[in-house]
Amino acid sequence: METNIILAGVGGQGIVSISFVIDMAAIWQGLKFKQAEVHGMSQRGGAVISHLRVSDSTIHSDLVPKGRGTLVLAIEPVESLRYVDFLSPSGAVVSSTDPYVNVPDYPEVDSVLDAIATLPNHTLVPADKLARQAGSGRAQNMVLLGAGSPFLGLQEELLERGIREAFAAKGEKIQKTNVDAFRAGKAAGAAYRPCLAAGITSRQARALIARLIGGVLAPDAVPAWKDVFGQPVGPAVLAALTSDAVGKANGSADVARQIAASAPSAGDQLPSLLFKA
Amino acid sequence: MERRPLLGDEAIALGAIHAGLSGAYSYPGTPATEIFEFVHRETHNGPPVGEGGVHAVWSANEKVAYEEALGMSYAGRRALVSFKHVGLNVAADPFMNSGVSGVDGGLLVCSADDPGMHSSQNEQDSRIYAWFAMIPAVEPCTGQEAYEMTREGYELSEKLRLPIMIRMVTRLAHSRSGVELAPRREPNPLRPSERPADWTLLPANARRLFASLAEKQADMLAWSESCRWNQLKLNPKSRKLGIIAAGVAYNYVCENYGDGAEMPSILKIGAYPIPKRLVRELIEAVDEVLVLEDGYPFIEGQIVGLLGAPKPIHGRLDGAVPRTGELNPDIVRKALGMPAVARQSTPTVHLPARPPRLCDGCPHIDSYQIVREIMDELPETRVFGDIGCYTLGAYPPYQTIHSCIDMGASISMAMGAAQAGMRPVLCTIGDSTFIHSGMTPLIGAAQQNTPMTVFILDNSTTAMTGGQDSMADGVLANVVKGLGVDPEHVHVLQAHRKFHDQNLEIIRREVAYEGLSVIIPTRECVVTAKKK
Repeated sequence: METNIILAGVGGQGIVSISFVIDMAAIWQGLKFKQAEVHGMSQRGGAVISHLRVSDSTIHSDLVPKGRGTLVLAIEPVESLRYVDFLSPSGAVVSSTDPYVNVPDYPEVDSVLDAIATLPNHTLVPADKLARQAGSGRAQNMVLLGAGSPFLGLQEELLERGIREAFAAKGEKIQKTNVDAFRAGKAAGAAYRPCLAAGITSRQARALIARLIGGVLAPDAVPAWKDVFGQPVGPAVLAALTSDAVGKANGSADVARQIAASAPSAGDQLPSLLFKA
Repeated sequence: MERRPLLGDEAIALGAIHAGLSGAYSYPGTPATEIFEFVHRETHNGPPVGEGGVHAVWSANEKVAYEEALGMSYAGRRALVSFKHVGLNVAADPFMNSGVSGVDGGLLVCSADDPGMHSSQNEQDSRIYAWFAMIPAVEPCTGQEAYEMTREGYELSEKLRLPIMIRMVTRLAHSRSGVELAPRREPNPLRPSERPADWTLLPANARRLFASLAEKQADMLAWSESCRWNQLKLNPKSRKLGIIAAGVAYNYVCENYGDGAEMPSILKIGAYPIPKRLVRELIEAVDEVLVLEDGYPFIEGQIVGLLGAPKPIHGRLDGAVPRTGELNPDIVRKALGMPAVARQSTPTVHLPARPPRLCDGCPHIDSYQIVREIMDELPETRVFGDIGCYTLGAYPPYQTIHSCIDMGASISMAMGAAQAGMRPVLCTIGDSTFIHSGMTPLIGAAQQNTPMTVFILDNSTTAMTGGQDSMADGVLANVVKGLGVDPEHVHVLQAHRKFHDQNLEIIRREVAYEGLSVIIPTRECVVTAKKK
């Protein structure tokens, strides 16, 4: 087994904590690892990257060779795109949908996310929303770790143990926030990929999942939502999900079926059907 | 055996502690900072030096660090001095002479190079310094080697009575991996040197000692040709290409032959002087040689020399490898003549550059806004900069710095520019950099009353490297006055926008003054303040 990860983000977003958790899980699982960190000048709000390799045999290079990467894990969408050429043809990109804008020429966010959505194996998760739901906007890094966890080849309970260890000095509440963020990210990733596989577009999936509680979407709801987005009411649903209206979407198959069934008149009823108070 | 996740830097630190270290000396600098920090973290709750503990306090600069380490060695105890590569320039005086004097207690000096200039002004190669000082050097390629080379380096240092250099590079310094550890050795007892004449480099002593250092070169070479860090593996089945790979370059070679491709004859170099016999054996066994080394073409240049080698030698000098920049597995793959690995292509979308920047709320922003206003009022203004977070003032939107050469150069260069007739001349230097190398030029500027305005940006820490303590804390204004600067022209200001107008007024007046002024804008670094 060999996992070659590029961790990407902006200085201060918590890449070091992600690395720590993966390193510890690798050690507990009896695996070897090498992790090339970024220190010094680049940390000051600039683009940061960390190479992390986990393997059951000897790892030579501290850097991932181009074409050998199995995962780009990015806490920031623009940063994910800088390192795509590290990925093997089957490698995965797992990125946050939420931009960190500290440069004047930051592109329009949807154009960045749509570009990520052209990649053969990608996952986009609403890290900021899920982290806040879990208790802290600072836990976006753990949301991403959760969303990327299926690609790591590491046992999930060891990753959670690593998270508790990483935040041991900060107390039980912060530990729980970060574990919850990890679980939400994992759920959101597990929701996003089947949506795409069922034929839901990336934009539709992003909009729906950003409204779900804890990123959780029941597997049986995916075909129902595919049906909704395929109906004439589909554009109105997408507009409602991406609107400023406050509320969490009830993503159950029942709700999706109700919307699909009552389609002609859904325009007025849509918000009450879609959102919980 | 215990396996512990350690940065390359930390592996050196722990190797030294486990070798019976008594004193660690350093000044912060990327990528070496974590060496000292780790020693401090591991030992600061321990007993005092006299009871087996470790002294670990930051030094004012690298020269001071090196000399403190020499004193520890003089006393018979083991010392570690660490800094970034350009720190060795600052410490070059004691470093060069310590090869001549030799050492008593083992002395290891870790100089961490920064190929690719991730956080530095140049790409200088410390192996050339080791050659220059005529001392041995080791160059690890893994955290495990860093740990073991450090441990064993102390034995070698005491055996040869020479300081030993550990040459690090950023990539290994900041790479974390599992390291297997061995038990800690007891520190040396206090045993003041019994050869004070050797430590007294009067010409008569120095001539004798330098001759003896020249004689030691044969012992050093014999060690390097037989030690386990240099390994020649000949492959009789493949005569065409031979590889010499030093330090982390060896990892990149192994990576590219990892798919089961047959490794050609290879000489792995991890210890210097360059093992001449092994190089000759390799060259004799193959048709041509590729030299892979991070940093300068040091090995390649020595082999080729002035008059060329008996067979084609490829590397940075003949263009087989780029002349500058950090190596990586892809550059090495190309040099080995292997095809590129299939990969995904990046979607076409504009990706904005994201350079490092001053943090939101940084006190330097308030200072630079005023400097910017002075520059707008007086377009002839030039500002000489220095090394630290405030170097980022060179970027938009501030663009308030017109030079940055080395630690302390802001003040001395401003002096020269003022002497040449430039007006107005400003310079900006941080509090920690001022203690490091700014005090010395300021004495001269005070004596000459050089017409310039010195800004000592006091954020109470060494911010760029992660917030180490600054020795300037609480004493800065007194130090400046003590150096002879007229107290009427020394102003401690609060670097905050609510004092902008009154600060600007004072600074305007001092910039107009035809003499030396020192402005000390003061406010704690927002990053260290947040941690409290």
